[in-house]
Amino acid sequence: MKTTTLSTTMLRAAGLMGLFVVVSVGLLVAVNSFTQPKIAEVERQVMLNTLNQVMPTRYYNNNLIEDMTWVTAPDALGTTQPMPIYRARLDGEPAGLVIETIAPDGYSGNIHLLMGVFADGRIAGVRVLSHRETPGLGDKIELRKDNWILSFNGRQLTKDNAHTWAVKRDRGDFEQFTGATITPRAVINAVKHTLDYVNLQGVRLYE
Amino acid sequence: MSSLWQQKWQDYQDIAQKGLWNNNQALVALLGLCPLLAVTNNTVNGLGLGLATMAVLLTSNILVSLIRDHVPSEIRIPVFIAIIACAVTVIDMLMHAYFYTLHGILGIFIPLIVTNCAILARAEAFASKNPVDKSIVDALFIGIGFTLVLIVLGALRELIGNGTLFDQAWLLFGDVAQNWTIHLPDSYNPVMLAILPPGAFIALGLLIALKNLVDQKVKKTTLTAIPVEVKPTS
Repeated sequence: MKTTTLSTTMLRAAGLMGLFVVVSVGLLVAVNSFTQPKIAEVERQVMLNTLNQVMPTRYYNNNLIEDMTWVTAPDALGTTQPMPIYRARLDGEPAGLVIETIAPDGYSGNIHLLMGVFADGRIAGVRVLSHRETPGLGDKIELRKDNWILSFNGRQLTKDNAHTWAVKRDRGDFEQFTGATITPRAVINAVKHTLDYVNLQGVRLYE
Repeated sequence: MSSLWQQKWQDYQDIAQKGLWNNNQALVALLGLCPLLAVTNNTVNGLGLGLATMAVLLTSNILVSLIRDHVPSEIRIPVFIAIIACAVTVIDMLMHAYFYTLHGILGIFIPLIVTNCAILARAEAFASKNPVDKSIVDALFIGIGFTLVLIVLGALRELIGNGTLFDQAWLLFGDVAQNWTIHLPDSYNPVMLAILPPGAFIALGLLIALKNLVDQKVKKTTLTAIPVEVKPTS
């Protein structure tokens, strides 16, 4: 008799737990299904604004969002996934590129970056799309917290200046943040590798 | 009928006082310190995390109170955790969709609300033993007490460490808040220590000390009052 009650209690408990899990998962799926499109829409809107921050509208006159292609370059872009490249053209001539790239070695996971590069290899601008760096320390890579990200503007990458692409602690040109050296280091490396890739590929990326 | 309401009112006041002061989760129970210390380098961040925590607390207290008679005690903890994790994930997704930029700033600390012991503690110690109305009052005042500490700590650290107050308020309140930032005069030299992690510990320590000091003062005044009434009987 006692064993029956015990097993009944256990079964009841297991059933109840299962029920809770099913209800929870159902709720999460439901909420996700209606927040997902909303999040995607907000992200696209933010993307549009950001595109114009790293590639000022006066330098091109084509539809930047539409003139898009995918490239796969795990070493340069920090991911095995294809990443989007937007091609800016002025009257059909290459004016610049906007590339999404990833710094895979941030302090807390991937740092997603968007960078604009003029056709002559100068950086038009860099912005952080998303990150999970420590609030108050590593998040100075965001423009709304600090001007640091602007120090990329106008920079070029040549054989002679490759060693200056580092934080000051590593004898480079870039400021580091107090309490967060890993974050700027990761961002600088990602931008450097991506710029190197763009320089190597040249006009092929506009085809 | 009116005495029943009076009793309820008395209970609510009691719960409120405990949540705000006597059993303040941040100053007395010292729960949820990880997010508390991490995001309070800025008043607005503190307020944002406080509100998110309060929303989770409210949801979990209501649900736990509703099911308290139907869940066997052996599995109550896993069930509470499932409820809390579910509530946190839902709020994380909603904030991602409707407070996109603030969600980006608070980053990892929104999903981390799930590890805030204060929430599980309220579910286990209060909501699982009390009716829904009391559990709501408890969640509200525990939440307000926690949020107030976050705001005070954030304001203190932002003011000392950055020389501003309510910086980036637009993240939470929209474009009307663009000019809400209060700047100290330029002659003020910000003390970086305040917004760095050690500053968080020091500031929280000072707040706790201040609370204990107030409690001691109150105790003293009541203690000196008592002997006058007690003496005749002894």
